[in-house]
Amino acid sequence: MVKLTENKHYSENKAIEKFPVPSKVYLPLIQHLGKICNPEVKVGDTVKLGQRIASMQANVYAPIHASISGVVSAIRDWPHPVLGRAKAIVLENNGELDEAVFGLRSRQEINKLTPADIRKIVLDAGIVGMGGASFPTHIKLNPPKQLNTLIINGAECEPYLTADSRLMVEKTAEIVEGVRLIAACLGIKEVYIGIEDNKPEAIKAFSGFAGIEVKVLKSDYPQGGEKQLIQNILGKQIPRGKLPFDLGVLVQNVATVYAVYEAVFKGKPLIERLVTVTGSCLENPKNLLVRLGTPIKNLIDFCGPLKEEPAKIIIGGPMMGIAQYTDEVPIIKSSGGLLLMNAKEAKPLEEGPCIRCAACVRGCPVGLMPCQINLASERSLWSLTKEYGAGDCIECGICNYVCPAHRMLLQTIKRAKLEGLR
Amino acid sequence: MRNNLIVSGSPHIHKQESIPRIMWTVVISLIPAGVAGVIIFGLDALWVTLVALVAAVLTEIIFEVLTKKKITVMDGSAVITGILLAYNLPSGVPLWLPIVGAVFSIAIGKQVFGGLGQNIFNPALIGRVFLMASWPKYMTTFVKPLSYDTIASATPLAALKEGKILEHISYLDLFLGKRGGCIGEVCILALLIGAAILLYKGYISWHIPATYIFTTAVFTYIFGAKQLFHGDWLFHILSGGLILGAFFMATDYVATPLTAKGQLIFGVGCGLLTAIIRIWGGYPEGVSYAILMMNAATPFIDRYTKNRIYGTS
Repeated sequence: MVKLTENKHYSENKAIEKFPVPSKVYLPLIQHLGKICNPEVKVGDTVKLGQRIASMQANVYAPIHASISGVVSAIRDWPHPVLGRAKAIVLENNGELDEAVFGLRSRQEINKLTPADIRKIVLDAGIVGMGGASFPTHIKLNPPKQLNTLIINGAECEPYLTADSRLMVEKTAEIVEGVRLIAACLGIKEVYIGIEDNKPEAIKAFSGFAGIEVKVLKSDYPQGGEKQLIQNILGKQIPRGKLPFDLGVLVQNVATVYAVYEAVFKGKPLIERLVTVTGSCLENPKNLLVRLGTPIKNLIDFCGPLKEEPAKIIIGGPMMGIAQYTDEVPIIKSSGGLLLMNAKEAKPLEEGPCIRCAACVRGCPVGLMPCQINLASERSLWSLTKEYGAGDCIECGICNYVCPAHRMLLQTIKRAKLEGLR
Repeated sequence: MRNNLIVSGSPHIHKQESIPRIMWTVVISLIPAGVAGVIIFGLDALWVTLVALVAAVLTEIIFEVLTKKKITVMDGSAVITGILLAYNLPSGVPLWLPIVGAVFSIAIGKQVFGGLGQNIFNPALIGRVFLMASWPKYMTTFVKPLSYDTIASATPLAALKEGKILEHISYLDLFLGKRGGCIGEVCILALLIGAAILLYKGYISWHIPATYIFTTAVFTYIFGAKQLFHGDWLFHILSGGLILGAFFMATDYVATPLTAKGQLIFGVGCGLLTAIIRIWGGYPEGVSYAILMMNAATPFIDRYTKNRIYGTS
């Protein structure tokens, strides 16, 4: 674990703002971990806000919904923030009123919902883990055994990002409803919400709700990693090769919980998400509620004017986010941040020789020796990388961050991970 | 549309840290001991240090030019080697001696292995033991402190070894460096100031120095006198090269273990070997050989002291 320069000051006090409905959205057919969806509309079709437009017959998937009302103008290859390129449905706003009212549910209706009903609602709403992993949520709500602990992840440990933090402060009641819903659905009594101590407002907001215990965590990276969160809240480690399920634990991100609340209480599918648009290049960094499929260049324009031209654009945070090659790329379900870096911040560093200073060894939150895996990986010694536990890497990026020789430790460890799976 | 964006793998931010920054901080931390050396032994100490430093840097440049490699002297590591070598020499040596030592340190101790990060042994110590084996007379003729001439003086450890009655030297004299010895090893106070800088910056950790010094102290206390448990452990800590070695040479990243566990073993090993050489070995001082022997054991220690991986037992 390391202390990072947080840089959250750009946006942490900016209240959530609604980004205006875009005229065009690009909705990739895959925005989740799992199978790619098939389009259920064709070019020329008119679609309504929230209408399902792509789905799949499979276990691990999440359907995709129209994030604006309009006309399908194309189904084509388009830049994708994670995959580089993928097939996407392009919708053009036809100027129809965009104030769709979804099927609100009354309290009595909600009280009558069975766990199976809730899972069905969550699946139909296309909800995935919104902390970045984008694993379909309905599967996590269908555990193979009885769970006893629910941990809500409010750690948001990536520098710059403040979307979860704002959400916790502004939508506290809604998140609490969502938490109780999930806990009831799974019959869980023990509920924690883990929040880092750099978010005092959020800590205060969640204090005093019956049945939900706030766990204040140190603002260290990667506090919001599932493994670290479980260790620091429950004092237990997930045994190697096992899942939180095996400990009877479920971890859900606050943004995911909020999406579940909206789906169940308001009948609203996942058509928008909160995105922190930030960085030193921007005059007005913001926390924006953005329709899925909105190209990031629209968001950049909205938060401008630019103080300087960005040299690097990252979707996600600076530690685990993905650098984009174009600003045409759309926001998808897993995009929690949009970070712009200027030429100085993005300047590539020259790699030097490893001097065995062991900064990476001390920093690694899962106890690996990144420098050793790096050297073995560079020589394609895959049995050695396996022996050194490359497969246990959580890709947090601390090793690269601390390395005084600026070595590409994480990249070579990722390579070793892939080779280890063969 | 922007299409000249920089694309690279995560992470996208980096700690403000670099090899030159670490190395030059080590150079700075070595300055107090050098200043003390010059005060104690006179300007000869300065010339020996500068000659060793320049020779080390030039050797690195020449080697890298000849082998068509990138010139890396600005990273500061050759400067450290030159200074550390000089700190391990008596101040009265002829000036060709530090040159030969520095050439050997850099060429044989470092560059033939592949340069920075590749050497198995601490290069400065390789240079020192080479000189010790080749010109032992020069290497063991020490200048009397604060006399500024070439009156030969035995180091306290050598006097102890030969069973001579020590001239009256107080612990305070030893702490301040008023004794015969190598340029950079005598003033414990100055060495501790430098060590404090490195510890504060986090460039070295306590693991190796603490275990090294503690082990030497315990061992010399038990076996350092004719009667068990009567050894003068404080004398053993303050005289000789233990403090210089423990903080500045046994902590050399390249040739020491990676994990805290490994570093503890390394420190204990250095302490045992140093004490054994001092008490029963052929030399009065054993720091150089102890560290070099533990350097050789480092890959082995690394193999058996891996950290526990999350979720494993």
